[in-house]
Amino acid sequence: MKIYADNAATTRMSRTAIDAMIPYMENVYGNPSSLYSIGQEAKEALEQAREDVAAVINAEPREILFTSGGSEADNQALRSAAVIGAKKGKKHIISSAFEHHAILHTLNRLEKEGYEVTLLPVHEDGLVRPEELEAAVREDTCLVSIMYANNEIGTVQPIHEIGEICKKHGVLFHTDAVQAVGHVKIDVKADNIDMLSASAHKFHGPKGTGFLFARKGIALTNLIEGGAQEKGKRAGTENVPGIMAMAAALKEAAGNLEQNAAHQTALRDRLIEGLSKIPHSALNGDAKKRLPGNVNFCFEGIEGESLLLLLDDRGISASSGSACTSGSLDPSHVLLAIGRVHDVAHGSLRLSLGEEITEEEVDYLIQNVKEVVEYLRSFSPVWRDLVSGKTPFIL
Amino acid sequence: MALYSEKVMDHFRNPRNVGVIEDADGVGEVGNAKCGDIMKMYLKIEDDIVEDVKFETFGCGSAIASSSMATELIKGKPVSEAMNLTNKAVCEALDGLPAYKLHCSVLAEEAIQSALEDYYTKHPEKRPEKKE
Repeated sequence: MKIYADNAATTRMSRTAIDAMIPYMENVYGNPSSLYSIGQEAKEALEQAREDVAAVINAEPREILFTSGGSEADNQALRSAAVIGAKKGKKHIISSAFEHHAILHTLNRLEKEGYEVTLLPVHEDGLVRPEELEAAVREDTCLVSIMYANNEIGTVQPIHEIGEICKKHGVLFHTDAVQAVGHVKIDVKADNIDMLSASAHKFHGPKGTGFLFARKGIALTNLIEGGAQEKGKRAGTENVPGIMAMAAALKEAAGNLEQNAAHQTALRDRLIEGLSKIPHSALNGDAKKRLPGNVNFCFEGIEGESLLLLLDDRGISASSGSACTSGSLDPSHVLLAIGRVHDVAHGSLRLSLGEEITEEEVDYLIQNVKEVVEYLRSFSPVWRDLVSGKTPFIL
Repeated sequence: MALYSEKVMDHFRNPRNVGVIEDADGVGEVGNAKCGDIMKMYLKIEDDIVEDVKFETFGCGSAIASSSMATELIKGKPVSEAMNLTNKAVCEALDGLPAYKLHCSVLAEEAIQSALEDYYTKHPEKRPEKKE
């Protein structure tokens, strides 16, 4: 059996998305900035895509800026809010400890440029507390950036409450919604979201395409200077095939969102229940306030990379927050942020299910993870010390 | 291009000399769980020959493969040869490791030396005299 269970890393492009992009490579290949017919035809298609994308999150088409993906959108949102803040003498930014590195590294850079950053704790359940956010807001706060859903443990943040607090205090609210768009119903108006980042390949669109939603009136700062594309805020000839495929994928995902979510949630919970039976294991993040397809566990006494390699031998593609998979000595900052100690964080496994996951596949996942964990524990000196009582169990 | 060579994957999938020697003459453990790698080596030594060797490892694919290869390289060999096993030899025998995984082969070398040190501590008369 082959199971791709790493949909949080990337997804397979849908047939709808592939079909949507081909005409714009083969026939309507004109540059949208050109005035002749195939250029203008591409331009019209691009604007239709902008409308389609905007409709899914209840935004206006002019509030959508096409980018190369989520990281670019995150960078531009933060940079723009920082410039707006500095003009008013406000140089304090609030974010959370377990944001994606596209946010954290940009914040590091801004700190070096004289901004002050407060990272809110995310607690054992992987959730930001609205009251802690409100307490952190200051006179000089110019931006709150909290991710919609975490990329590793899938926890969905209290976005509506965060939006209300930001509105009340007149602070810009950006959310990195890369993991959420196409999987969770998003309404930027109802939730008072000022800026939102998304990436097409997380919802069965192509890689290298994404968008930034920025409420009208928010002055964006360019990351890429050059031509007048995207109202002069993002230079470079538009990736028309990619954008067309993204819009088609998003429309499709939004159309099936509720039934997909219900199906995935039921199987996610079955998977969580099955893996919980492995002794000395623990689910990472709140069991219910999480993405429909996300399951993330720590298994004591084993290391994640060897777990992934052996699962790969059994046809299962998954990921881990262990140091060995990150290329550094430290395990995932997300797992450390929810209070997992290093020893345990090394033995983490993320299974992110696709919309087409079946009960049979979930049972195969449970059985094989159980067998591989048992096998690795059978010659782990850490496990031996735990079982013999030499060191106490953590989980 | 795969992450690991076929040799590494072979030793990872079918590790040699896995387990424990209950009446080992020397036991060594190196690494720590915080960093994600621990290796434990058990040696049985008779007449200055490594008669048997077993290992237990908590770690990534290359850590398990390095332990396995290191045990193969010293099993049946004189203690003096085991003492001189280098991480480079382990690495070469595995047809190479990615640069950021080289420390796994270092750990294998250190695990064996730590087990030999334990053996010499228990049998000081066997410790070779230091050369001037």
